[in-house]
Amino acid sequence: MASENNKSCGSGCGCHSDEGIEQENLFNRRTLLKGAGATLGIAAFAKALAPITEWTKDISVDEFLQKHYRELDKSELAAVIKRIEAETKEDYGKEVTISAPQAQKGVKFAYALNLSICVGCRRCAEACHIENNHDRASGNSYIRVLEMSKGSMDMEHGNADYNHPIPQDDKFYMPVQCQQCDNPPCVDVCPVEATWKEPDGIVVVDYNWCIGCRYCEAACPYHARRFNWEKPQIPAAEINPNQSYLSNRIRPQGVMEKCTFCLHRKREGKMPACLEACPTGARVFGNILDPNSEIRKVLENKRVFVLKEELGTKPSFYYFFDE
Amino acid sequence: MSQDSDLHDATHDAKFHATTYPKFLRLALHLCTQGSWSFYAWMILLSGITLVGANAWAIQVRDGMSGTGMSDHVSWGLYIANFTFIVGLAAGGVMMVIPAYLYKDKDMHDTVIIGELLAIASIVMCLMFVIADLGRPDHFWHMLPVVGKFNWPVSMLTWDVLVLNGYLLINLHICGYLLYKRFLGENPNPKFYIPFVFLSIAWAISIHTVTAFLYSGLGGRPFWNTALLAPRFLTTAFCAGTAFIIVVLQIIRRMTNMKIGEGSIRTLANIMRVTIWINILMLISELFSEFYTGGSHASAAHYLYFGHNGLNALQPWIWTSTVFVIVAAILLLRPNIHKHMRTLDIACVLVFVGIWIEKGMGLIIPGFIPSTLHEWVEYIPTALEWKISAGIWAAGLMVYTLLLKVAIPIFTGEAMEVAKKRK
Repeated sequence: MASENNKSCGSGCGCHSDEGIEQENLFNRRTLLKGAGATLGIAAFAKALAPITEWTKDISVDEFLQKHYRELDKSELAAVIKRIEAETKEDYGKEVTISAPQAQKGVKFAYALNLSICVGCRRCAEACHIENNHDRASGNSYIRVLEMSKGSMDMEHGNADYNHPIPQDDKFYMPVQCQQCDNPPCVDVCPVEATWKEPDGIVVVDYNWCIGCRYCEAACPYHARRFNWEKPQIPAAEINPNQSYLSNRIRPQGVMEKCTFCLHRKREGKMPACLEACPTGARVFGNILDPNSEIRKVLENKRVFVLKEELGTKPSFYYFFDE
Repeated sequence: MSQDSDLHDATHDAKFHATTYPKFLRLALHLCTQGSWSFYAWMILLSGITLVGANAWAIQVRDGMSGTGMSDHVSWGLYIANFTFIVGLAAGGVMMVIPAYLYKDKDMHDTVIIGELLAIASIVMCLMFVIADLGRPDHFWHMLPVVGKFNWPVSMLTWDVLVLNGYLLINLHICGYLLYKRFLGENPNPKFYIPFVFLSIAWAISIHTVTAFLYSGLGGRPFWNTALLAPRFLTTAFCAGTAFIIVVLQIIRRMTNMKIGEGSIRTLANIMRVTIWINILMLISELFSEFYTGGSHASAAHYLYFGHNGLNALQPWIWTSTVFVIVAAILLLRPNIHKHMRTLDIACVLVFVGIWIEKGMGLIIPGFIPSTLHEWVEYIPTALEWKISAGIWAAGLMVYTLLLKVAIPIFTGEAMEVAKKRK
């Protein structure tokens, strides 16, 4: 082929300059063929990408252009919430109210969990599933309960997939959820500031701003983040209609979500759903800045510890054993 | 660069460029749509694979990423694995630039554009792999500075966006400028491209360092959390990128009239010979610390090489890679390897595949296994992921083929004859 090319036009097409008229015909035929090929190619690409247009039908222009949560003024936020409520009604057939409660001054939330009395019943995980409108089929929850061997604090000896009567004598149980770190690696890595720490200590996600790169999921040392691998499916009757923008509203497909200590409940003076569901009272929750709060008593009187302290993430979630 | 006698320096006004630049683009369009039957067959094959990939991606965007093998435990997979490897391919092009411009290697200087164009095609692939991995590609604009929110300098991903796009622009400028000047039949003015060439050398190192920092900065992932990651990324890039270029140079030598001096291939083979052994040394250092110390820090590496309680999805991958890299390293020790093309070609293919696994599946997946709560969930890429990945590779090779199709005849001067004839 190399020797043939010496006489060619240089584009490697193999045509020879001395072929005269015949070559011109060839060129015309070629141009025609190429035109047909290009048209066919473009048509094929349009057809191949057709599923995208089916998807974009569900995305309104307002949604596409929506600003970051923290840049919305009051009226814009109201409009966004109204739109999402309407979309939920349309998609899921349920009237819901979406609030946007703000953090209060002088409040910083912390959680503590008594490992001596947790029995590993996983009712907290189930309550989370219901409260936070998780996808039903996947059974998703922000809480994973590890069954740990007595005699080791190493998660290497833990098991989250146990399926037998509880509690087992030689085991203890350690529920793990978002630790609401004061130095959260997930917030640092987010390329678009779609996740941040609120003044009351809660790490939240703007589901409408997240691009779904899952870098935060890789960065979190506590397996606290979840991705919406597909559009969550929940029957209308099972949807919790009391929702908030930054917490338990039904998440869109393709974005990250996480535990917010039930932001919509506790900012209105209620306890997180996981705490209310706990049958043994292992969970203690409250405002760490209030000297009379129960959580302060625990921190002052119990020997508490945090998970993976060596990573410097400064969790707001404490564990302790009774003496 | 070899210079023809009629080359001359000239300054032109904007009006001149306004008329000649479109001519240059028209010629480029002509050159890259004209070819032999094997060229058409190659392009049709690549288009077909790209179509399959595009369709798979459209389905993934519509139905969500549940069609992939990824999960909340292993949240990055084949896309990010390929992305990481191809950043190395882009950086590998610099192994031609350094001998050409720093050491004034003449043979290399004549062929350096092939490495620079590879950088362009690779970055295009990288960006496509990132987009394929996004759950919400429609939110992509949130990453744009000014209109979106760009979490710079804290997020390493924003650094990666900057360095990758910067590298793309630098190489587009260098290649575009040199080709246009060649087209005009003029000497390129060193002022307009030499500073960018030196910038591109530093920049090539930065793209792979920053990509390594994406992973090595995560304290919660012990498998990645090693200072050796960035140096290893660079060495493997210089090895695999070079292997790819050696093969491309031979194809070009066979298919076109471009002169590929023996010197280029000799220099590149020498670079491979050194970098592959440096990589093996670093690999051994890492494995030593992991396995001699033991404990939970080593559990990911143990899973990767030996499996865990019957879970061993990565074992075939990593042992293939290990064998390929070691065999290639030994083959490359053959004296005067550049004269034994068969041996060199085998070594190149082994290195390319071996490093693709080592830096792809062998690096990304064990970062997630076991998970941060020490759960054991495996990852196996689905057909959807393979289709999308193949589609992106095909699209990237298509871009590279077209770039070469334009650049080579302009460099050999054949294009100017075509241009004259067309008048």
